[in-house]
Amino acid sequence: MRPILMKGHERPLTFLRYNRDGDMLFSCAKDHTPTLWYADNGERHGTYRGHNGAVWCCDVSRDSSRLITGSADQTAKLWDVKTGQQLFSFKFSSPARSVDFSVGDKLAVITTDPFMERTSAIHVKRIAEDPQDQVSDSVLVIENPEGRKRINRAVWGPLNQTIVSGGEDAVLRIWDAETGKLLKETDKEVGHKQTITSLCKSADDSHFLTGSLDKTAKLWDMRTLALIKTYTSGVPVNAVSMSPLLDHVVIGGGQDASAVTTTDHRAGNFEAKFYDKILQEEIGGVKGHFGPINALAFNPDGRSFSSGGEDGYVRLHHFDSDYFNIRI
Amino acid sequence: MVEDTDMQEEIHAEDTLEQVAARMAAARLHQRIEASEIMANLDIDSRAAQLGIDWSQVNLDSIHLPPGENFGIESDDEGVYHDDQLEFDTGFGNIIVVDNLPVVEKTKFAKLENVLKKIYNQLGVIKENGLWMPVDLDTGVTLGYCFIEFNTPQEAQNAKEKTHGYKLDKSHIFAVNMFDDFDRLMNVKEEWEAPQTKPYVPGENLQKWLTDEKARDQLVIRSGPDTEVLWNDPRQKNTEPVHKRPYWTESYVQWSPLGTYLVTLHKQGAAVWGGADTFTRLMRYQHNMVKLVDFSPGEKYLVTYHSQEPSNPRDASKVEIKVFDVRTGRMMRDFKGSADEFSIGGPGGVAGASWPVFRWGGGKDDKYFAKLSKNTISVYETETFGLIDKKSMKVDNVVDMCWSPTDSIISLFVPEQGGGNQPAKVALVQIPSKVELRQKNLFSVNDCKMYWQSSGEYLAVKVDRYTKTKKSTYSGFELFRIKERDIPIEVLELDNKNDKIIAFAWEPKGHRFAVIHGDQPRPDVSFYTMKTTQHGGRVTKLGTLKAKQANALFWSPTGKYIILAGLKNFNGQLEFFNVDEMETMATTEHFMATDIEWDPTGRYVATAVTSVHEMENGFTVWSFNGKLLYRVLKDHFFQLAWRPRPPSFLSPEKEEEIAKNLKKYSKKYELEDQDVSLLLSEQDREKRRALKEEWERWVMQWKSLHEEEKLERQNLRDGEISDEEEDDEEAREVKEVEFEDVIDVTEEIVQE
Repeated sequence: MRPILMKGHERPLTFLRYNRDGDMLFSCAKDHTPTLWYADNGERHGTYRGHNGAVWCCDVSRDSSRLITGSADQTAKLWDVKTGQQLFSFKFSSPARSVDFSVGDKLAVITTDPFMERTSAIHVKRIAEDPQDQVSDSVLVIENPEGRKRINRAVWGPLNQTIVSGGEDAVLRIWDAETGKLLKETDKEVGHKQTITSLCKSADDSHFLTGSLDKTAKLWDMRTLALIKTYTSGVPVNAVSMSPLLDHVVIGGGQDASAVTTTDHRAGNFEAKFYDKILQEEIGGVKGHFGPINALAFNPDGRSFSSGGEDGYVRLHHFDSDYFNIRI
Repeated sequence: MVEDTDMQEEIHAEDTLEQVAARMAAARLHQRIEASEIMANLDIDSRAAQLGIDWSQVNLDSIHLPPGENFGIESDDEGVYHDDQLEFDTGFGNIIVVDNLPVVEKTKFAKLENVLKKIYNQLGVIKENGLWMPVDLDTGVTLGYCFIEFNTPQEAQNAKEKTHGYKLDKSHIFAVNMFDDFDRLMNVKEEWEAPQTKPYVPGENLQKWLTDEKARDQLVIRSGPDTEVLWNDPRQKNTEPVHKRPYWTESYVQWSPLGTYLVTLHKQGAAVWGGADTFTRLMRYQHNMVKLVDFSPGEKYLVTYHSQEPSNPRDASKVEIKVFDVRTGRMMRDFKGSADEFSIGGPGGVAGASWPVFRWGGGKDDKYFAKLSKNTISVYETETFGLIDKKSMKVDNVVDMCWSPTDSIISLFVPEQGGGNQPAKVALVQIPSKVELRQKNLFSVNDCKMYWQSSGEYLAVKVDRYTKTKKSTYSGFELFRIKERDIPIEVLELDNKNDKIIAFAWEPKGHRFAVIHGDQPRPDVSFYTMKTTQHGGRVTKLGTLKAKQANALFWSPTGKYIILAGLKNFNGQLEFFNVDEMETMATTEHFMATDIEWDPTGRYVATAVTSVHEMENGFTVWSFNGKLLYRVLKDHFFQLAWRPRPPSFLSPEKEEEIAKNLKKYSKKYELEDQDVSLLLSEQDREKRRALKEEWERWVMQWKSLHEEEKLERQNLRDGEISDEEEDDEEAREVKEVEFEDVIDVTEEIVQE
């Protein structure tokens, strides 16, 4: 498996997202320009210019026409995917950390960080069909109970009825998307022990995978918040993804970027590790980054995946046929 | 000053003997304090007058000295406090009570006193004011008894024996008793009670772990707050828990050398644990803030160490060492002093002293232990816990000493003196005779290191010598054959004598040794033997492995196999090597491994990544030939230690016989292994099947929910045909994934 190295970002990668057809790959980085790549050969298609801060997260609509990005410049922006034009800018008073389109793409959930005396919050915005009609009012704002702790990721639950969030307080919460009421949260016993860094939904919204600095990734039922599986990695987990094709999950991370040794790139263990989703056993690993892995994404066809690292590279891997034959 | 007569006035007739005696002692002490105070005050007064200070105007309480500073003035309080301690330490053992004295009036008091002094001065030295005869306060008549205080208890004892029953005259026969005996005699019960026989309580079988049916070994690990003892079960490819306890120890744990006990360290002292099935506490050893412990090789004694950082950084830290009997918990001896007394002043070591401070020698009998300090070696014997011959051995400038692991022989090293005028010296000294068995002078030596072979047959001394220019050093070995007549010494130099020596290790119980030498990052490893069939008494090189990534050597405890390990900079490279065949069995890596330890039987090796590294903490168990058996990941992994085994009872001949007929013996075990592995794979399959089924249930549940919500989803998407059909399509697509499999490749040579 020969990876394609995609060098376009000048700063560490933060997020990767494929569109539904699996032909486009969007990447976000701490430089200010989200980038669009061809998902098969890794050529750069274009960039979205307008942000004035690190871009933390993005999502693309089902028909691949709209892109939403959240940035440290305290805005979340809507873009026309095709032209690269900025359609709208939601202004906040603290950095926007995560964005997610709802089923049907009529709503978006945006989380904001604690900043000055602002607490972290989850905002729900209505996305207008015609960008001309777009307003910046929130449909719903949920203040985080652990206000000084950051929410790292919030996504829609099944049928847009709930919102699932996780962050620095290591607790996963399910909120009612209509009323903003807290429905469920994980308890300390089964939940993560440290900051939840990433969250990835299954294709059918039935379950999701979370990664945490406590060196584990956990698989949860999205409706009941029941813990199903735990994958132990041995290194802090920054990014997780699930194969839509096989029962595999991939976990990436590594020693904290500020503590990375200068002696050996292996010391940090910047490896994307593959686990059997059901048996929770490690199947293999893909090395190559020389910094921690910050972002992982599976192509919706399950035949390639890409990883983004602190080193500023996106590595795009098309699986060899061996991969589909793995038996354990 | 208090006079004896004043003292007597304070005494009332109804006072019991003890009260009298206690008051007496207190009064005497008081005298002493006052006397010293008056002396000191006189000095101060005259000095104050010289300086023109009106002493009465000075408020002494307003003067504060900085802490830890006394301006060279000894605090007289401390001195007095010390005296006081000493007084009570000796107790009243030096006082006798003489009864049946004549009752005399005041006028004859002095006469009687003189008579008594005359009698008792012959038998010992009576302390000043040491004779005291109480009198009736009203009439001034004596009460017919007196107390006499001697200088030493021995004298008192002697006086009692000699004068008990002494006839002063017909009606006055002395009844003499030790003062200390009164207490005891008063408490004797009227009726005799038969001593109770304690029922025999069988002690725990402390060696039960050796009788494990599967002949497994135990190991202890510490991770996070937990300390766990585990069975290493290589057949199951896992560990089996024996005992686990959070916060079992407050710093670290250690096995005793024969594996009987596990010692834990606490604020209050150390404790040992052991027993048949679970670990119970067998004994505690009180030693506040104990830092380090060490067992004697036969595990009879436990040495505990504590050091107190000085409040003034220029002072040496205070050290306290206690030696306990492991079984009874009795403290046999304690040593206190500044750290300088327990080290030779060199840098390094723990807070000044290098551990273990006391090195045990003389094999498993635990007969002697020795301490190295400036210019002396102090050898103690455990019979009396005193120095042998009551004095230390004087060895000028000695810097290092080592015991032979089996015999009571000490090897010591004295470096060069006087800029090379007096050569450096390595000597072997027999204990307890302190006879020098052998010595060798060495010239232009920079440093020496001594390595004993585990059965005490050989001593290798690595000598770093200066080159002629004195700018660099090169190394060689002096090899002593201890068991041969006159202890011949052989000199060994490496093929390239400028090679730096990185590591050296004797084969346990064997005649071979391994050396890592040369330049980093790819040094060479050479093997030598002290014995070959051709040249009986000559050291011979067996071979050299070129350019190895290794910096540490780990022999199997049974010899023959060795691990050439590249720790630290080499990231945990491991090479399993068979020295008999001179071949590599396996080359592998435990990334970032920090510790390597063989199990006591030499069957398995554990390599560990401890918490010095942030990630991938845990340990891996390998077979002796480098096959990975299993891994255990534990965050915050601190320590791993195999439980040692006591030496085998089999004679070497028997062991050899077993080794010869190994095939016969191993058949049984091979069958067992097979059964276990079958069972294991069966269990494994079962487990996987269960997991898969459970997963299927989840998926089914989700699928039905997904189905139910199909319409709603469609609505949310403005009636766009929902994903189900596409999912199906995708599913079909999955089946179409093409695999390219190489089934077989044959190579044929086509003849033209």
